[in-house]
Amino acid sequence: MTTTKGTDTSLAAAVDTAGGATPPGIATGYEGSIADQLRGYVRRVRGGEMGMLPAIAGLIVLTILFTALSPYFLTRLNIANLFTQSASLAVLAVALVFVILLGEIDLSAGVTAGVGMGAFILLDSVANWDWLPSFLVGLLVGLAIGTFIGYFVAKVGIPSFVVTLGLFLGLPGLLLVMLGDGNTYRIQSPEVLAIMNNNLPLWGGWVMLVVVVLVSIATAYYDRGRRVKAGVPVRPLGLLWIRIGVIAVATLVFVLLLNQNRSVSVLPVEGVPIVVPITLAIIWVGTQVLDRTRYGLHLYAVGGNPEAARRAGINVAAIRISAFMICSTLAIVSGLFTASRIGTVGTSFGSTIVLNGVAAAVVGGVSLFGGRGRLIQAVVGAILISMITNGLGLLQLPGGVNLLITGGVLVLAATVDALSRKRSGASLARN
Amino acid sequence: MVAPIIELKDIRKGFGPVEVLKGVNLKIYPGQVSALVGDNGAGKSTLIKGLAGVQPYDSGEVLVDGNAVHLGSPKDSSKLGIEVVYQDLALCENLDIVQNMFLGREETEHGMLNNGEMEKAASRTLGSLSVRTVKSVRQKVSSLSGGQRQTVAIARAVLQEARVVILDEPTAALGVAQTEQVLNLVRRLADSGVGVLIISHNLADVFQVADHINVLYLGSMVAQVETKATTNSDVIGYITGLKTYEPDLEGAAR
Repeated sequence: MTTTKGTDTSLAAAVDTAGGATPPGIATGYEGSIADQLRGYVRRVRGGEMGMLPAIAGLIVLTILFTALSPYFLTRLNIANLFTQSASLAVLAVALVFVILLGEIDLSAGVTAGVGMGAFILLDSVANWDWLPSFLVGLLVGLAIGTFIGYFVAKVGIPSFVVTLGLFLGLPGLLLVMLGDGNTYRIQSPEVLAIMNNNLPLWGGWVMLVVVVLVSIATAYYDRGRRVKAGVPVRPLGLLWIRIGVIAVATLVFVLLLNQNRSVSVLPVEGVPIVVPITLAIIWVGTQVLDRTRYGLHLYAVGGNPEAARRAGINVAAIRISAFMICSTLAIVSGLFTASRIGTVGTSFGSTIVLNGVAAAVVGGVSLFGGRGRLIQAVVGAILISMITNGLGLLQLPGGVNLLITGGVLVLAATVDALSRKRSGASLARN
Repeated sequence: MVAPIIELKDIRKGFGPVEVLKGVNLKIYPGQVSALVGDNGAGKSTLIKGLAGVQPYDSGEVLVDGNAVHLGSPKDSSKLGIEVVYQDLALCENLDIVQNMFLGREETEHGMLNNGEMEKAASRTLGSLSVRTVKSVRQKVSSLSGGQRQTVAIARAVLQEARVVILDEPTAALGVAQTEQVLNLVRRLADSGVGVLIISHNLADVFQVADHINVLYLGSMVAQVETKATTNSDVIGYITGLKTYEPDLEGAAR
């Protein structure tokens, strides 16, 4: 390196003119053959970066267990049921990920969904609006509640636990006032009922498969192309296609299964439930936002070290408020799914689901301390929690056992997370 | 002698009735390491907080390239190429090296993070500082040692086109080997033309790396000497106020 004596030449500029590729000795984690990549992955897992491996292991164990215990578990009908049952919990877990990544919590997400759906049902059933404008008003209610929470957390400085606990206690009261004491409204709109209860035509499932595969290929090649353009190492092409292959085969099996008649009566029931592609789209968009945008990165940064984020020029308050806005708005979508499944909106709507959403995120490996975890992990966690409910329901155990086992799995998952983190030494101050 | 990048003239700062800085003069030169030493409460932190724009001075002149400037906010300082590497580092442990180096100034394309370009620039900057101690630029900061973290924090300042890097106790929490690495890095940083101001309690480090030593004692600059022209015990004397610096300060400073 030459010495630049001029007062207006910065080092970075000098470096730029000097040019040069990646210096020897500093890798990027992208080099090497497929075997090297696999070894690197195994090393990371052994070092404690388990990701969603524990949750996936849990899914496999539970599948084997329930299949052995109940002849109904691995039937096409039950698999379809399982995925529709998971959908609203999965979307709620996705919603909660945005605030949990900041190290915050939203205990009121469930009752927020209740109030949003209350507004929806009053407009849709009582005022006879179309379902879509009614639902948009519901979303706006969620947005408003999220802004309210965010303001009190980020600007006033009240812990989110307290703010949202207040709403958790208060919003059911608002719903009571809106719907009238003890009233329950039936959902009239066939479009809303269709989300959970109807299926795509058979060709719709195949279109979904093609879209999933094409999107995987496109994103993989887009990423690769940009790395090539920048002149930095890329992963072996084979690995990329193995990944795409896994996604393609999994989706293919899923569509094949659900496109067969799963009815137990004379009327055929076949096709992918309509809720599945909607949920996939939400998961995909959320993942893109968290993994690929500056906003997503800043969310992780604020969750990891708010002071560092502030010094780096990130508007920490704005990030916090926006996360609560996203969470509450998505909670309304989750509420729409629930309403579609049960067919009614009553005064106790959404009062119990939120802790299952938090459990889903934690079981999937999203850290409640903030900054660690991916959106897809919360989705896997949601499927796991739903599978427990579904499987135990088939076994016709008493409800108490069901709750005890769900709680036990949560503690087990948190223990795996804590132990793996101890091993990785990734925890310093507060974990 | 080259012209200083930054010159502070008669800087004063008080908190209520307490005068913390009582007319301090200081120069930072490109390509040189200036050390700022002084006992606890001498005003070191107040002096650098003013330079960082976090806590503006009450009075006095700040000249950058000979032009008077106002440092009213961290943005002002950053725009002028002044970067402070704080003692508590201000890195996000859950992010990797590249993400930390670019935090707050990420490059994007079509609204998406341009990870390839950022990775290349980060590698290049680390390479230019001859950093050999990190395995991968995609390592999480939580997996790095104290010395490596200090390296990343310094590289972050360099990446942001700093012309002056202020290091607050860069070796305070480090072991012997890591201290050596960081001091070498500081030297290379200066050799590349950046003006470095290093604050340290460790005189051995100061004597190893600094070209000049500036001593603050109770808010006044009591000595400004070339490292070559002084000794450890003299500097300790200045710091503790037991020894007075003889040559005419004003004459030496100009």
